Amino acid sequence: MKIQRLGLLASVAVVGSIALTACGSDNNNGTGASAGGSSSSSSSDCPTGTLNAEGSSAQKNAIDEAISSFQDTCSGATVNYNPTGSGAGIKQFLAGQVDFAGSDSALKTTEKDGKVEADEAAKYCGSPAWNLPMVTGPIAVAYHVKGVDKLVLTPEVIANIFNGKVTTWNDPSIAKVNSGATLPSEPIKVFFRSDESGTTENFTKYLKGAAPAAWTAEPGKAWTGKGEGKEKSAGVAGAVQSTEGGITYAEWSYAKDNKLGIAQIDNGAGPVELTGETVGKAIATAKADGQGNDLRLKLDYATKEAGAYPINLVTYEIVCSKGKDPAKAKLVKAFLKSFASEQTQKSLEEIGYAPLPDEVRTKVDAAIDALS
Amino acid sequence: MSSVTGVSLADETPGPHGSAPLSGDGAGTGRLGDRLFGGAAKGAGLLVIGLVTLVGVFLLWQAIPALARDDANFLTSREWSVDGAHPRFGIVELLWTTVTVSAIAMLIAVPVGVAVALFITQYAPSWLSRPAASLIDLLAAVPSIVYGIWGLRTFGPVFEPVQGFLQHRLGWIPLFSNAGISGGSTILFVGIVLAIMVLPIVTALSREVFAQTPLTHKEGALALGATRWEMIRTAVLPFGKPGIISASMLGLGRALGETIAVTIILSTLPDGSKWTFSLLNGGETFASRIANNAAEFDTPQKAGAFIAAGLVLFVLTFVVNAIARVVIERRKAFSE
Repeated sequence: MKIQRLGLLASVAVVGSIALTACGSDNNNGTGASAGGSSSSSSSDCPTGTLNAEGSSAQKNAIDEAISSFQDTCSGATVNYNPTGSGAGIKQFLAGQVDFAGSDSALKTTEKDGKVEADEAAKYCGSPAWNLPMVTGPIAVAYHVKGVDKLVLTPEVIANIFNGKVTTWNDPSIAKVNSGATLPSEPIKVFFRSDESGTTENFTKYLKGAAPAAWTAEPGKAWTGKGEGKEKSAGVAGAVQSTEGGITYAEWSYAKDNKLGIAQIDNGAGPVELTGETVGKAIATAKADGQGNDLRLKLDYATKEAGAYPINLVTYEIVCSKGKDPAKAKLVKAFLKSFASEQTQKSLEEIGYAPLPDEVRTKVDAAIDALS
Repeated sequence: MSSVTGVSLADETPGPHGSAPLSGDGAGTGRLGDRLFGGAAKGAGLLVIGLVTLVGVFLLWQAIPALARDDANFLTSREWSVDGAHPRFGIVELLWTTVTVSAIAMLIAVPVGVAVALFITQYAPSWLSRPAASLIDLLAAVPSIVYGIWGLRTFGPVFEPVQGFLQHRLGWIPLFSNAGISGGSTILFVGIVLAIMVLPIVTALSREVFAQTPLTHKEGALALGATRWEMIRTAVLPFGKPGIISASMLGLGRALGETIAVTIILSTLPDGSKWTFSLLNGGETFASRIANNAAEFDTPQKAGAFIAAGLVLFVLTFVVNAIARVVIERRKAFSE
């Protein structure tokens, strides 16, 4: 029995040491700027404290990156972001449980179930609530067709594909916009988001805005076209990767990670490839829909601007213009300033977002300065 | 000392050391321990019953306002639009998908599970039965999300040719007709993955029950000239039937409520798809529909509609368990 007891002790020791190796500092700063607290100038006016925020999952990767770079410069501050969904984020913000909310659509100004979101927020804050656009996430039309490296699509063709009207890859309407490419005759397999999603809402807004004759359904978080539903962007992107002839709409980073082909969109001014600059051009054409420092944007999905990629999603941070707690308000201001800074916005490009164009960024900076 | 009439002199005589009559000597009767344990057991039982009742009350309380505003027939409508002033939602599609997925899972898991349990207890040599039992129990330790990802990425592509064969050869049967859904995301496939998840539950409980079969019954059957299979059929299985039914009910509960694996694997259908009885179709179960939309419950009406769907699942599980209880009670006559 001595051998058994020795073996028992030895296995407990091995398991214990393996478990203890899991304890370690969680160093997930990909930028490598974390070398020993070498914070530039602002360490003296860095507020301390904890911020809690909740909301859209579309901006989760972007805000994680912004949080880690903010926490590098201001080591006394902690920011927590919980990607529970835009609806949940706004609900928690109105209930006073979080300091700001992330949402893929601005606070609604129309009545829903007897309440107007923007008015409720103003009531809660005691001052108007501002929607500050911080993250632009382009939506890629991703496909997986063997032998087709470049695919050009117009809004009408996209609408007909996702409507189920165009069913094979060598359909004449696709061939017309892709002269010279050999398209196979296999069926098109459409995948859509089975969960309610801001990506679906923005994609359907694009289809309705750019091809209203072909896409007649109202835009919304729930899918109204045809196809098979998969859960979350990871699910649709994975499904397209494993299905020959698959097509879907997903955030740019998912299309890139799964090595899917990304279609070039021809909105009327020639095929436009999806890059940071083309997205920025499209966001710059957006009209400001709010007053003063409430920077809600009305994206022009039918834009005929040359070199502008039109299918984009903008996520907003929703804050009280006059913060309820002065210390928290200072922290919110500092974090948002860091988030909107040119350096942070540039670093978002590697993870599949596009930096805010300069025109929008200066307006956002001005609004952040006006926060109190 | 008691007499025939029940009256005795000892009732009036004082006890030793001058204590009062019939007072006893204060030794412990064990009543305190009895009361404590009985009380704790009763308390635990009441707590569990209370919890289940509270869950039922919560579901009803959240669901009834939404149900009252439903314009469509809740039990027979296929629509699901829960926003706005005139919500129209019904659960017949969810009910069909949930029931078929669970039925396929149980049809596979129960026979296989019972067979494995019989193998472990009756046929296997003793050096094999314990490792085999641990291995089956290991299947229960795998988290549901791992089953979902495994089913989606690894097992799905393996199943696609099987589905192609079924559609091609047996497509004339309505159950296998082509519904345009890709291979590793159909009701049939999810049923198979669920069967693997439910298998360890059925096996573990059946194994325990079969091990309890009275040795005298088994030896009697063998002595009367039965072969091994006949002995199992006449002595072990009838004895274990209530246990098998209990095990299946627990497994069915898991299959009906399984959320994450179904959400990941099963393809959802767009609005307005044709109704089909095909097993090679996509869809949503109660649990996966709630999971897909839980992040966007922005109004009480919307949450209430989904909770009403959860309530139907609760009632369905309750009814199935009640039927199982009735069946078990009627079989009680066979137990020793």
